[in-house]
Amino acid sequence: MARDTFEKELATLENSLLDLGNIVDLSIVEAVEILRKQDVAAAKRLIIGDAEINRRRFAIEADTLVLIARQQPMARDLRTLAAVLEIATELERIADYSKGNARIAVKLGTKPPLKPLVDIPRMARRGSEMLRNALMSYTRRDVQMARAIAAQDCEIDALYDQIYRELMTYVISDPRNIEDASQLMWCAHNLERTADRVVNICERVVFTVTGDMIELDDPDDCLDGDEPT
Amino acid sequence: MEKFRVEHLNFHYGDKLALSDISISISDRRITALIGPSGCGKSTFLRCLNRMNDTIRGARVEGRVLLDGQDIYARGTDVVELRKRVGMVFQRPNPFPQSIFDNIAFGPRVLGLEGDLHQIVEESLRGAVLWDEVKDKLKQDALGLSLGQQQRLCIARTIAVKPEVILMDEPCSALDPIATLQIEELMQSLKEEYSIVIVTHNMQQASRVSDFTGFFWLGEMVEFDVTERVFTRPAQRITEDYITGRAG
Repeated sequence: MARDTFEKELATLENSLLDLGNIVDLSIVEAVEILRKQDVAAAKRLIIGDAEINRRRFAIEADTLVLIARQQPMARDLRTLAAVLEIATELERIADYSKGNARIAVKLGTKPPLKPLVDIPRMARRGSEMLRNALMSYTRRDVQMARAIAAQDCEIDALYDQIYRELMTYVISDPRNIEDASQLMWCAHNLERTADRVVNICERVVFTVTGDMIELDDPDDCLDGDEPT
Repeated sequence: MEKFRVEHLNFHYGDKLALSDISISISDRRITALIGPSGCGKSTFLRCLNRMNDTIRGARVEGRVLLDGQDIYARGTDVVELRKRVGMVFQRPNPFPQSIFDNIAFGPRVLGLEGDLHQIVEESLRGAVLWDEVKDKLKQDALGLSLGQQQRLCIARTIAVKPEVILMDEPCSALDPIATLQIEELMQSLKEEYSIVIVTHNMQQASRVSDFTGFFWLGEMVEFDVTERVFTRPAQRITEDYITGRAG
């Protein structure tokens, strides 16, 4: 094959991207588990560990630019590398949300929790699952799968609304809950943004395969009363 | 606006069909690039646009090539006048063994163009972004110029007869990267006045300079579209395979 070198280097690059995806995926649930268990030491370790994620993201970016400069890809190859750059950025941002949730765990510390965490861990698990599947749709170049994953963002949005409403009841019943409730709202907000980033990754999958740049997070799609599962 | 319209063009070298059913519209004051592997017919097609293939024994053309609506293969076409309107720049610079001035003045003299010859020479050299480099040595031998300068001289010689279209057959293949970029920059300024059709093997060049790109494969024009689209999301699989280096 005339493009053996390119194919080989692209495969190496994509492996690095999937490795990064794996680490970031784990961080989503881990940060919320840390919060649930009030494990401040683990939270601090996760915060420090984010530097490694940033390093990997910059390495992927540098390797992608070298590959573009040296191999001068066109068409689908060029779109793939553009997608790698974008996905690496999205992954790094998702990791920042996990870091944000770990910071919340540090802030809330070990004092008695406002409420047992049920929906926030559920949100984290759904977000993590969406990310895992989005990366799978990328490796499979599966547009249909990418679209289906993006549609699941409605569930996350609905969970976020539900958590918000619930936390507001705690605030209304006792205004002293404001600080803790707002921290948990931030946590849910970070998870909601995580899912939005996953939708961006799905959009890149569609772009890589078809060349079409389309928005997959049309809020109107969520108006049919999708309920969280 | 359309400059050339090619309709169902077939070109035969004796029994061999070199171009098959080519239909294309070439826009005025735009750069159209023709790409494809060696022997796919792109240079043959280029030469059909000013009847440079006429002298080849056994060559036969079918279909129509309309320049501003007039078929250039119609009986009674003045081929000299056609080639004045549709000039050509070749792969290797081919200045005449004369002075820089005489190279540029050659066409206007032969065609008996009216006007101040010195002015035509200066305008042509300025148009080819060569004036500043040669204005003090117009009487010197053109062969003393660098290859890149010689190619710009040939472009100046082409525009000296005030053509409407410039055909370029791999004009940079003999040039170094800097000279290549100078020609590419020059093409951008030339397209304000002329329609340009360029054959190139260098896909990066096609993607850098052209507004439209046609992809030739085995004598057929497989795809023709705006350049941006051809190089980012071509419609045909074979185009994608070729530009990504997997075919050809």
